[in-house]
Order: sequence, then structure tokens, then C-alpha cells
Amino acid sequence: MIDVALEPVQPHFARLVVAEGRLPRWAPALTAVVSLAAAGLAGLGLGWSPVAVVAGAAALHAVGVPAWSAVVENGRAAVDRLATSLVWVALAVALVPLVSLIRQVVALGAHQIDGEFLTWSMRNVVGSGGGIYHAVVGTVLITLATTAISVPVGLLAAIYLVEYGGGSRTASTLRFMVDVMTGIPSIVAGLFAYAVFALVLGPGIHLGIGGSVALSLLMVPIVVRSAEEMLRLVPVELREASYALGVPKWRTVVRVVLPAARAGILTGVTLAIARVVGETAPLLIIAGATDSVNTNLFGGQMESLPVFIYYSYTQPGLHPQYAQGHAWGAALVLITIVVLLNLAARTLGRLLALRVNRRR
Amino acid sequence: MAKSIEVTDLDIYYGDFLAVEGVSMRIPARSVTALIGPSGCGKSSFLRSLNRMHEVVPGARVRGTVAVDGQSLYDAAVDPVEVRRQIGMVFQRPNPFPTMSIYHNVLAGMRLNNRRIPRAEADDVVERSLRGANLWEEVKDRLNKPGKDLSGGQQQRLCIARAIAVRPQVLLMDEPCSALDPISTSAIEALIDELRRDYTIVIVTHNMQQAARVSQDTAFFNLAAAGGPGRLVEMNPTRQVFASPDNPDTEAYVSGRFG
Repeated sequence: MIDVALEPVQPHFARLVVAEGRLPRWAPALTAVVSLAAAGLAGLGLGWSPVAVVAGAAALHAVGVPAWSAVVENGRAAVDRLATSLVWVALAVALVPLVSLIRQVVALGAHQIDGEFLTWSMRNVVGSGGGIYHAVVGTVLITLATTAISVPVGLLAAIYLVEYGGGSRTASTLRFMVDVMTGIPSIVAGLFAYAVFALVLGPGIHLGIGGSVALSLLMVPIVVRSAEEMLRLVPVELREASYALGVPKWRTVVRVVLPAARAGILTGVTLAIARVVGETAPLLIIAGATDSVNTNLFGGQMESLPVFIYYSYTQPGLHPQYAQGHAWGAALVLITIVVLLNLAARTLGRLLALRVNRRR
Repeated sequence: MAKSIEVTDLDIYYGDFLAVEGVSMRIPARSVTALIGPSGCGKSSFLRSLNRMHEVVPGARVRGTVAVDGQSLYDAAVDPVEVRRQIGMVFQRPNPFPTMSIYHNVLAGMRLNNRRIPRAEADDVVERSLRGANLWEEVKDRLNKPGKDLSGGQQQRLCIARAIAVRPQVLLMDEPCSALDPISTSAIEALIDELRRDYTIVIVTHNMQQAARVSQDTAFFNLAAAGGPGRLVEMNPTRQVFASPDNPDTEAYVSGRFG
């Protein structure tokens, strides 16, 4: 006889319909309105600032919805509501500084921007008038030179790391050094560039190209790491397909691997440019500051937008109200440049990812 | 242009690990030779050693000789790139170049090697190779579409067209149908049978029916012991391997008793 003790079979399937009630869809919204009204009333009475009122409303909301849910629904639903509220509050907190920064810059900077502001330098300008043309020219030239130095160096280093270095000791040392370079304080990069140029050309030297060298120290590691990630994403099968056709390794890298990774590499480069275009400290040291337009990277001091903002705000001179207005206007221009670069990176990435060599 | 391959006492190492030991065989010209055996027995490594593709893996090396028409491939003076130009390869997963059109994928072997060819000749090469791979009728109206737009079976035939466009002497195929459905598989098998007239073909397959259908000779590889190196157990005409093999292990494998 087989005598196996079986678990008793449940008489019928567990009920799937939850008997407890559900909060209506508009419950969180209603709680938010009520919390805001309550916090507003309390704030009026106690003389709170608007920030404190909003914070109080958020706290009330985060407590109120789960409490209501605990009464009407069940414990698990209440915890779910609490977690949802916390995620929303965290998102709002993260957005506050960004939104307020952009609001402030637009509010103080937008009315500064006109034709004169964008096309005049500050040469011989005292008080009102003048513009940031010299700083825009300096920023554009220094950034272009930085890109011209950093992209070849960074891209070739990434190709070495992925295609040739493998797991060798040289490659892992190099990768470690690149990681360390990512963390170099920008002021140190500026001092290094200044020291190099001072050694060769004598102390007290100020050159636009020196600023490019300093910014390259910051940009190269970003380019290396982003290009390395992109090259690693190219499937091994593609390289093997190329080798099997009798294509040498270097040509495989140039004609097969790089084209397959070009969208990601270009996006990475553009983001790296956006990262260094706002650097101030190195340029203060090595590129100097001037009120005039200087288009020669290899001679004389060169103004840039971050340095212009810094000096206009900290050393406004005889008419601080004009100089500080200039600073906000220049800040708006700088932020706009960074936003445009980011948009360009996204569009470029999408366009190149779709494009195939359709030429016959 | 097809050549026979003579392999003598070939050992394949990955670093210190001996993957394949003591393989000797003669692969006849203008014929299909199938390599069968359980996973990990070294048949893919052996196939890749025939055009020095295994060297792509760091630390891989061989001992012994592989000679095509009496010319040793592993001679110190031989350039592996030159070897691969004459011995083409088709991989398990179709791998057309994603940044190139169908047309440019077929010409990749020439264009990537910077061979300048006149437009008319290039058109001829594309049509001849695609016809050779039984793909011409399906793609002739959309040659400038990306190679990745084709179905898996069409992509694999595109890869075969790409391999034969450079007119190799030998064609190596590493499980070319394992990622394909039965209809695409039968298209490729029919193609292999046609290509046999012009090329020496070596094919690795896990599918014994496929080996029986397409090949004239079959080589059975097996592990000497668990964790040990792979060995060539038996090589004979396909009919004999499947009907009355010399070795009891071969019989056990082809009759489905293991593996």
C-alpha cells in the first residue's frame, strides 16, 4: 500500500476580487489641493515663507494619501501610496534648483541681450553699453582648439584600449590614469598649463592656446571613456567578418569599427565640449582677461564667457549695476550654448544611427 | 581554383590549454567536408585554424602543419591576412556590415582592401556573387537598402555572397544554418551543393541530417575525456560514417545514443 500524506487540496480557488474599497483616481490630486490649502492657511497665520508653505503641503500630502489609503484600502496599498508620494517629492526637490536657476538667469539676463550686446566688445566702455563679442570669440576659439587637441588624442587612446591593449598591464594602467585624470581639479589643470608655458616662454605669460591645453587635460579623459564604451559596443562578429575577408586590422578599425560606433562617439565628443565650455578656473590663470577682441590664439590675453562673468560680477568697477547686468546676460548666452550643444549631440546621434551608406 | 587541404598532427592551444590534439586529415578539393561532434570538442577551433582566424583570440596558437596545395599556412613568411583573402569564412550568426547597403556589403572584401574597381566591373561582381548565393532575384530591386533590412536567411546568403565575391579557394562555414528556420536552411543547403562545383567547402554542423545531406566526407570529433583535448575520431565518406562507421563512438553519436 502506498500511504503518502498529501496536503489537503484547497476547496476552491482563492478569491481574486478585493473586497476592500479602492481610492478614486482623483484621490491624490484632491489630497494635494487640500494639503496646499491647509498649509497656506497655517502659513498665513504663522507668517511662513512660500517655500515653507510648499514644503508643509508636500509633507501633509505624503502623510495624508497613505493614511486615507490605510483606512479605505489595505496596508500594502498604503505602503505603495507612501512610496509613490516620496518618489514624486524627490523628483520635485531635484527639479527645484534647476528650474529656479534657469528662471533667475532668464529673468536677469534676457533683457540684456540685444544686437549691441552680442556684437560689441567692452573696449573703452565705461558704464552702460558694450557687449560680450570678445568673450564669445574667445570661448569659441579656445573651445575649437581644445576639441582639435582632445579628439584625436582621446579617440586614438580609446582605440588602443579597445582594439590593441586588451587586458595587458599597459592598458589597465592607462585606463586607471584616465580615471584619475577625470577627477583632476580644473584649477590644477590651469596651473599645469601655466607652468608649461611659463617654462618655455617666461613667467607672466597669457595665451589663448594655453587655455586650450588646460581644457584638453579635462576633456581628453571624457572623450577616452565615452569613445571606449562606444567601441566596446561594436560586436566582435563585425570585426571577424572583416578579418575573414582578408582585411588588415588597422583597416578594419578605420573602415568597419569606427563607422559602426560613429554616432555614439560624436555624441560623447559633443557632451565633452559642453562640459569644458563653461570652465572658468584654468582660463583665469592661463588665458587671462581683456576688454578687446583677440582672434589670435598664440598672442596676448583672451577673454572667455566664464571669465567675463566672473570679473563682471566680482569686480564691477565704477558702475556695478551695468557690469552685473552684463554678467547675467553672458550667463544666459553660456547656458544657451550648452543647451544647444546637448540638443546637437542628440540630433547628431539619432541622424547618424539611422544613416546607411546608400550611395551605390 | 579550388584547392585541397592537408592537415598533419595539428595541436591547437589557447594559452596553456590544449583544445585540439593531433588532428591529421586530407580535405579533398571541390567537395563538401562536414565536421560533426559534441559541443566543445574543438571542431570550430579546428575550422578557424584553417584560415588562421583563431589567432584573433589572444593567446591562441597551433603546432603542426596545414598546407593548401602543398603550401604551408603557418610558415613564418606567410601573412595571415593573405591567407584569409584566399580562404573565406561564413559565421554562425549572419553578420552583414550594418553601415553598408546590400551592394556595398557584397563589395566589402574589395572596397575595405582599397581595391579600385570600375563601376561596370563592380556591378558585375555584385550580380555574379548574389546570383551565386541565390539571392539576386530577391534583392535586385533594392541593392541600396541596408543589409540589416533583410531576413535572417537572406542576411546569411548575403554573407555567403560577400565571401565568394573575393573568389576564395576554400570556403569555411561555421554552423551557417543554426540561426535559421528550415526553409532558409534548405535554401542554403541547395546553395552549398551548387558551390561545391567551384569551391572546396568545410562545414561545421550540429545537425547530423544536414551533414548527411550536404557532405561527401564527414569527420567526427570527440573529447578524449571530460576536460581533455578534442580529437579526430574518424574521417570517412559520409555514406560510410552514417551507415557503417569504423569506430563504435561514431556509431553511438550518429545514431543519437549520445551527444
